[in-house]
Amino acid sequence: MAASAQAAAASREAPTKAQALREAGFAALVMLGLSVPIVALRTEQNMENQLVLAPRYGMVLLACIGVFLARYIQVMFVNGLTRTLLIVGSFTLLGGVARATGQALDGFSVGVFVIGAALIAAGFAWQKRVDAQAGAPAAPAFLERFSAIQPYVGPAALGFIAVYPALALWLTGTGGSIKWIDNFGIQILIYIMLGWGLNIVVGLAGLLDLGYVAFYAVGAYSYALLATKVIPEVFPTLGVWSFWICLPISGILAALWGILLGFPVLRLRGDYLAIVTLAFGEIIRLVLINWVEFSNGYAGISTIPRPSFFGIPFNASDTGFAAVFGLEFSPIYRTIFLYYVILCLALLTAFVTLRLRRLPVGRAWEALREDEIACRSLGINTTNTKLTAFALGAMFGGFAGCFFAARQGFISPESFTFIESAQVLAIVVLGGTGSLVGVVIASIALVGGFEILRELDFLKLIFGESFDPTQYRTLLFGLAMVLIMLWKPRGLVSTREPTAFLKESKSVSGSLVKEGHG
Amino acid sequence: MEVFLQQLINGLTLGSIYGLIAIGYTMVFGIIGMVNFAHGDVFMVGGFIALILFMVFTAWLGLAVVPALVLVLILGMALTGLWNWTIERVAYRPLRGSFRLAPLISAIGVSIFLANFVQVIQGPRNKPLPPMIQGNFVLMGEGSTTVVLAYKQIVIMVITAVLLGLFWYLVQKTALGRAQRACEQDRKMAALLGIDVDRTISLTFVIGAALASVAGVMYLMYYGVVSFSDGFVPGVKAFTAAVLGGIGSLPGAVLGGLLIGLIETMWSAYFTIDYKDVAAFSILAITLIFLPTGILGRPEVEKV
Repeated sequence: MAASAQAAAASREAPTKAQALREAGFAALVMLGLSVPIVALRTEQNMENQLVLAPRYGMVLLACIGVFLARYIQVMFVNGLTRTLLIVGSFTLLGGVARATGQALDGFSVGVFVIGAALIAAGFAWQKRVDAQAGAPAAPAFLERFSAIQPYVGPAALGFIAVYPALALWLTGTGGSIKWIDNFGIQILIYIMLGWGLNIVVGLAGLLDLGYVAFYAVGAYSYALLATKVIPEVFPTLGVWSFWICLPISGILAALWGILLGFPVLRLRGDYLAIVTLAFGEIIRLVLINWVEFSNGYAGISTIPRPSFFGIPFNASDTGFAAVFGLEFSPIYRTIFLYYVILCLALLTAFVTLRLRRLPVGRAWEALREDEIACRSLGINTTNTKLTAFALGAMFGGFAGCFFAARQGFISPESFTFIESAQVLAIVVLGGTGSLVGVVIASIALVGGFEILRELDFLKLIFGESFDPTQYRTLLFGLAMVLIMLWKPRGLVSTREPTAFLKESKSVSGSLVKEGHG
Repeated sequence: MEVFLQQLINGLTLGSIYGLIAIGYTMVFGIIGMVNFAHGDVFMVGGFIALILFMVFTAWLGLAVVPALVLVLILGMALTGLWNWTIERVAYRPLRGSFRLAPLISAIGVSIFLANFVQVIQGPRNKPLPPMIQGNFVLMGEGSTTVVLAYKQIVIMVITAVLLGLFWYLVQKTALGRAQRACEQDRKMAALLGIDVDRTISLTFVIGAALASVAGVMYLMYYGVVSFSDGFVPGVKAFTAAVLGGIGSLPGAVLGGLLIGLIETMWSAYFTIDYKDVAAFSILAITLIFLPTGILGRPEVEKV
């Protein structure tokens, strides 16, 4: 009796091979349909500038086999690790086949085969272990251990971030560390700051903003124009305004734009609000492109002054930073200085956010996010609440923009496209809306992950010399957005820490919180 | 006067294209209440499929232009429909009933993925095609101030009219159309009455993509060029059209499309062509702020 019930349960849970084959065959057929014209035939211009078709049937075959295997594994196996190991292993094998047929069957191809086979073997071994435990989930021991060390993770991470430039300098030397501090450190910190700024609008107030990059652009252009055009040409008596004077002005200007753009859209909610903010972001970018007298159009603004260290410039002159402190001149000092500037700006954003959540306005934001009608019924002024969220979010975007202009020394409308807005929004949502830690994790994963792509030169060995991993950066970014949403629709950190509570704080799973409209 | 008439013709042609894309937005919004952000890129994929199929039929198989075009339309509709079916199945269906922002983020991800997928797989350069249909009628005027109605413009407007007729029949008279309208009104009730809601939603995506693919063929025919980045701006303009006409309303989408097409061409003719996209985006913002229900839309009743 019990055995038959168990068998019935097993047959329901574990589909037969025939079913899995049917599913996989269907998926492969769909893949064939998807790839038939657009992957199979590549349009190329020949010498007479005419379009000709170049067939690539092998790629279609590989794609169909890949989809077939992935779907088969997905249907047959329930355990997540088994699936991952088997899929990665079979794709590695496919990569080896592609290389062996496309280029040469040499030692490297054999190596790829071996790695793929090892991964598949590991997958089957793991599945055997799961079967032996008869479905009982392996105890997540590391999770318990993690909760014990959790209070120390935050300070430890902060400490690591604080000594990161020194660490990079020590490990990779003066020449190599610029890349690690600039491309990874500063780049990720800019996105963390933008994410924390947008978090005020999206995460706390629940207003979906798809045009956040507009405020980033306002901040950047404010500093660039103030420092290179407005003050020297229009008000020459005021002298030269440095980065430190322009920084607050850029933030205030961006906040004003936040109020200006926020005012008309107060009545809108959800998707509509998202689309209107997208339109505003695009309008600002198009005006920057077309109003050449104002912004110099596509050519952008160059020779933006770099920030100085309390009045000491970072250059090779006798009054420069290196000479004053008796060091040998190197561009690394400026990079390290910029790293700490953006670190301070980002921490300021986090600090302000944390403190504001305890003020009435912060609580009003969160109430607005959860239910706008209830919020209004309780006498909260929703107009002011929304506008302060827009203005503060925009202000931090403006600070980040001002820093960006100072760091690059050159800005053009190309830097402020919709994809940037999407990237910042993705960081906020994928991290878990409202979670400061989530933003950090998502920034490191997305921005850092794509910087890593530049380092993956070994992939050229598999796919040929013309293969350029950075080409796939945005493609993978879009794919990651979809996959993370499917995997964790609430984002990576989906628990909510309440700011107001009775006796003790209990974190709430995000899926238990119903967000209202707004 | 001549300029105005010429721009009227151009605007109606462009408006037909926007209207066909806008139907996809409005239908999806009507049935699952989501802005399908990737629809503009589905249109672009449709354009690329049309380009490749047209080259296969004319250059490889040696067909004449007209039968090739008919085959391209039919096959292109089927293949683009398959793309959108897959997108809905993989990226949107698992998120139905989930967190409010999840489907929108997923759709933005799909949009970014599609544009860059085509860029990688077909190359980043513009794809120019020699004109498919040449020649035109001279309606009035002489010398430099003529009013011209090109054959391709006639073809575009005729195909649009025929398709809209077919589409109207599909929505109003067939079982599928009834099921779709029922799902639009009340999905739970429709399910209780035995309608396969998932299948209906899938078919809505397929129909929307089929119309977008025809728009892609026309875009290719009209401009003679397509590139991987051609999805975003026409997509936003078509969404503007759907909003202007009243989102959820099918005649509204067509009306909005024609209006947007006319506004864009008139703006380019009488003001400055540099700011034509700014004009379209401004209309979007102004409509949503001052007339959120659009011209033919029903006001949204908010239940607490």
